[in-house]
Amino acid sequence: MEPFKRLTSKVSPLDRVNVDTDAIIPKQFLKRIERSGFGEFLFYDWRYNGNGQLNADFALNNPQYANSNILVTRSNFGCGSSREHAPWALLDYGFKVIIAPSFADIFYNNCFKNGILPVILSEEYVEKLFQSTYTDADYQIAVDLVSQTVTDNLGLNVSFEANSYRKECLLEGLDDISISLEHLLKIDDYENNIPDYYRVKV
Amino acid sequence: MKPRTMFEKIWDNHIVHQEEGSPSLLYIDLHLVNEVTSPQAFEGLRLAGRKVRRPDLTFATTDHNVPTKDRFNITDPIAKQQVDTLIQNCKEFGVPIADLHSPDQGIVHVIGPELGLTLPGKIIVCGDSHTSTHGAFGTLAFGIGTSEVEHVLATQCLQQSRLKTIQVNVNGELSFGITAKDLILAIIAKFGTDFATGYVIEYTGEAIRKLTMEERMTVCNMTIEGGARAGLIETDETTFRYLEGRRNSPKGENWTRAVEEWKQLFTDPGATYDLTVEIDAYEIAPQITWGTSPGMGTDITKAVPQLEDFKIVNEQRAAVAALKYMGLTPGTPMKEIKINRVFIGSCTNGRIEDLREVAKVAKGYKVASAVNAIIVPGSQAVKKQAEEEGLHEIFLEAGFEWRDAGCSMCLGMNSDEVLPGERCASTSNRNFEGRQGRGARTHLVSPAMAAAAAVIGYFTDVRNWKFN
Repeated sequence: MEPFKRLTSKVSPLDRVNVDTDAIIPKQFLKRIERSGFGEFLFYDWRYNGNGQLNADFALNNPQYANSNILVTRSNFGCGSSREHAPWALLDYGFKVIIAPSFADIFYNNCFKNGILPVILSEEYVEKLFQSTYTDADYQIAVDLVSQTVTDNLGLNVSFEANSYRKECLLEGLDDISISLEHLLKIDDYENNIPDYYRVKV
Repeated sequence: MKPRTMFEKIWDNHIVHQEEGSPSLLYIDLHLVNEVTSPQAFEGLRLAGRKVRRPDLTFATTDHNVPTKDRFNITDPIAKQQVDTLIQNCKEFGVPIADLHSPDQGIVHVIGPELGLTLPGKIIVCGDSHTSTHGAFGTLAFGIGTSEVEHVLATQCLQQSRLKTIQVNVNGELSFGITAKDLILAIIAKFGTDFATGYVIEYTGEAIRKLTMEERMTVCNMTIEGGARAGLIETDETTFRYLEGRRNSPKGENWTRAVEEWKQLFTDPGATYDLTVEIDAYEIAPQITWGTSPGMGTDITKAVPQLEDFKIVNEQRAAVAALKYMGLTPGTPMKEIKINRVFIGSCTNGRIEDLREVAKVAKGYKVASAVNAIIVPGSQAVKKQAEEEGLHEIFLEAGFEWRDAGCSMCLGMNSDEVLPGERCASTSNRNFEGRQGRGARTHLVSPAMAAAAAVIGYFTDVRNWKFN
């Protein structure tokens, strides 16, 4: 996993509540057996019209946001299906930070496994980010995981919470399978107490 | 000892390692695997030179992609590759699998309980959010992403931060004609699609105790639609009766000992939940969703809401977008909404009791001429059972299509899709934009409500149904 420390970027607005993972990456693209290449299908039904043409009304299609690495959106982002294809698609498209008032649990978890930083800010600050990015085509923010802050050149300086363990994993780009395997003896010990009938009989 | 909730007891029982400020390292008793969320995990193992630590605690099936007619002929080459990849991975890593040739094949959350793999007190995970289903058995069960699938394959453990608990107490009894599906849809409509984010729900109350195991599974299944990763229901005689004698249930002395242990999995008097909410069962009417989020639902007796009903600006905007997508006008009575499609099935409502409900409603009637209706059993075992009971004859006589097991039109990864602009009465769990197909308009309902809608051609209150 790529470590994440600090990022400065324009902010892409996705002004919807309850964006589900079906919308982030529709089901027809889940059949691939690779981890890569999902970015072109991100928000597919919103980005493209039924005829496959770009939907000019969809904010992310605005050339202004072409190189943005930060997505700001509304509450309960990533609800629904557990598909990790959702963070894969966001990352492959270029988003490394997602800011929202709240996230669905499984999606939130999946972000950290892929080097994406999900940042929870209050509705008030999220609204502020929307307004700033709408009114100023060059608006940028800096997201710093070390200091746990979001700042801009207009005086915004707001801190966000980060679980210390997850923070460390993200800053270092740690592989948590290796971390768990450090406790191999304890896993062996625990396993001695598993009832034999737990073994699957087919 | 400090009084503990059922959730805390199961959690504590599974801690392999704990450090202050770090997540718990939890042991996973059963890992269910499907074709969609596993290929990258197996590939990760190969790249790291790792093995599956406990293939004997792992069980795979193909469900999301599989055709429900002519099932051995997967015409989509990418879907076929994914199914074949799972079979190949299971072979390579020694994981047991119920593939399309197995009589055990079906939706993973239907077959786990059927085979007795789902047992009280276990922790079960699967790369699928509806893993919450298994909580009906007093099992801590939750969905995970593909990175975590790889983690469990490699270590049989997961790093998890302890969740908070909500008690959802259902007072009184459900009225005549009201199903578990109506109950869970009403809970989500009342409290919202993210009221339980960060929590595990424990369902309590008289109405819950009276539910059958299959009904409890329907409730726990859609727990994720309220934001909670897991739902839990305390074990009782209903649980034990369901499990006794199943292939993977303990036998003999093991059974007796296990039941005694399972009986201890209750929330101690004096234990505290982080939050408690209440709902009155007798107030619940048949539910139907009108929007593009499972919380956008109402009673069949009511109408599509007015925009003034939404006091919060973002909710009102969500409602505007949802109504546009759904092609609905505020104030339209739910009973006047006409449909083109009916889907009966899924891990929410594809079990034998669901099909019996459908048969009761459909008996002696015909599916409306403008409606295409399919019934997809949750597993091949459910299909066999239904045919032994003659239910399929009622379905076929009425004009329903009778398919083979799979996830099917719940998410349309196979060819079972709803076409753009078509309106579907669906017993599944999600009415998201595009879920059943691009432009598809999904209304979530119970199996009985879906069957009645199939016959009439529009939604109707199944409490007034004239049964033959």
